Amino acid sequence: MSTLTTTPNIARPDDFYAALLATHEGLSKAESDALNARLVLILANHIGDVEVLAQALELAKGADQQA
Amino acid sequence: MNKIFEIPLYPYTRSPDQDAAAPVRRKVVVVGAGPVGLAAAIDLAQQGVGVVVLDDNDRVSFGSRAICFAKRPLEILDRLGCGEPMVEKGVQWNVGKVFFDDRQVYEFNLLPEQGHRRPAFINLQQYYFEEYLVNRVRELQAGGAPIELRGRNKVLSVEDRGDHAALSVDTPEGEYALEADWLIACDGAGSPIRQMMGLDFVGRVFEDNFLIADVIMEADFPTERWFWFDPPFNRGQSALLHKQPDGVWRIDLQLGWDIDKEEEKKPENVIPRLRAMLGEEVKFDLEWVSIYTFQCRRMEKFRHGRVIFAGDSAHQVSPFGARGANSGLQDTDNLCWKLKLVIEGQAPDSLLDSYDVERIHGADENILNSSRSTDFITPKSEMSRIFRDAVLDLSERVDFARPLVNSGRLSVPCTYDGSPLNGPDCEAMPPRTRPGSPAVDAPVGGGWLLSRLGDGFRLLTIDAEAPEALEEGGIAATRLALSARGAPELAERYLGAAKSAVYLVRPDQHVAARWETYDEAAVRAALNTAAGRARGGTP
Repeated sequence: MSTLTTTPNIARPDDFYAALLATHEGLSKAESDALNARLVLILANHIGDVEVLAQALELAKGADQQA
Repeated sequence: MNKIFEIPLYPYTRSPDQDAAAPVRRKVVVVGAGPVGLAAAIDLAQQGVGVVVLDDNDRVSFGSRAICFAKRPLEILDRLGCGEPMVEKGVQWNVGKVFFDDRQVYEFNLLPEQGHRRPAFINLQQYYFEEYLVNRVRELQAGGAPIELRGRNKVLSVEDRGDHAALSVDTPEGEYALEADWLIACDGAGSPIRQMMGLDFVGRVFEDNFLIADVIMEADFPTERWFWFDPPFNRGQSALLHKQPDGVWRIDLQLGWDIDKEEEKKPENVIPRLRAMLGEEVKFDLEWVSIYTFQCRRMEKFRHGRVIFAGDSAHQVSPFGARGANSGLQDTDNLCWKLKLVIEGQAPDSLLDSYDVERIHGADENILNSSRSTDFITPKSEMSRIFRDAVLDLSERVDFARPLVNSGRLSVPCTYDGSPLNGPDCEAMPPRTRPGSPAVDAPVGGGWLLSRLGDGFRLLTIDAEAPEALEEGGIAATRLALSARGAPELAERYLGAAKSAVYLVRPDQHVAARWETYDEAAVRAALNTAAGRARGGTP
């Protein structure tokens, strides 16, 4: 069974994070939400593996419930 | 209350310059006796360049101010002959804890790489830092070095006259005129010299206030850096706790933009905030309280003819990442050897323009990093707050989110990639010691590589043949011959896949060029390049 990568996997995390925020800059909350939804779908398609996606969904759900 | 900042360490005394019939011309005048100005003066004086430091005050900084000094600046201080007392007094730390809301989300250990003389960081109050620099000035004076420290000498005007700068200076006994072949302005973020010259200082204002409280407490808090995002005792804001010597703790509380600064600074308002953070039972005394705001900005150019800016006068960052004083020390490290070569006629005046290229590169890196930290700590929009909180939430459960948490990217040395002073690289060797990088320390024969390099041009050979010295147009490069046998760190950091190595190292211990074997013509060309002389031409 394929396993979700949960160790650091982005070479320059600060650059990525800055690019992520820059993509949202100037958008309304509704526009940002829509962008995030598209982004999730794009990344999910890139991953493709349903087992990995199921683990990602679980992880995201758990973290959210703790907040 | 520590009394060191109440003692005049360099009281005003009358200088013969004040009684001269015509203005006296000095080689170098440094304005400002803070960490950066003192470091510049020490660097020049110990290389025999006459220097006068003017300061409108006569004592060290009031309050702890800059408290975190990184490895590279400590190595620079070693070269300046005063790293040891700093490290002995300073507090060393490796463990950091990150808190979000009411819980700890994770803990990290900087796990410093072995085989370095100096630790990754020390915490030390700025007043101690300045005191030890003043001690070093006194030591140099006792040895006859050409360095003078003039307290309560306030610069009133400055004029660049093309081949020198003219100053008028106010003292308790009235004004006098002074001239300098070169003026280094280390007079802080509010730089009066910069204002007198009408120069720009543009950048980004962050609409936020931070309360700094230094407290003395007898508490069992370990020597760690603790950072809170949105804690119950400071809702919607951040907090930082960090240890300094003498049982003093730095507490930094974000307050937001719309506050009454004078009210917030009053002990009756500060103490309840600290109680809520530290716990009702902890006993503490307030040593120093201050409220600050910050900007991330820099001058367009640091060199303006005969006037050169260094430290906060040239660039300003947020405190997150300890990039203020640390980058100022790298400025003077970069500047002083160049100025010496220009003064002694061994390099063209244009070598000083490489100070702009290299240190603006450094300033931009610091501004980028400190702006990003600030944006993480204080999200600018609802969406960036959502992402920030998601990162913090996930960081408790999965490793990948931790590198995204940004409470300050601690200062690392700047590599001058693409500098006009860089010569050839050798692909087989490790990237970390490529041209433009600061030489990486390593244990060698019972001592340390960086102490052996010292402060001239060096030809570092590792299992390679080369002459003991090489002179090119009045500049000498002397050889430091080492072997990789029995020195695994040296081999790992300098050889990589190569069997042998020849490094040309600049006086500021940055790598200028490197080859597998010695080639006289190539080394001469690289030495000319590193000294800012026309490539391949004669000086």
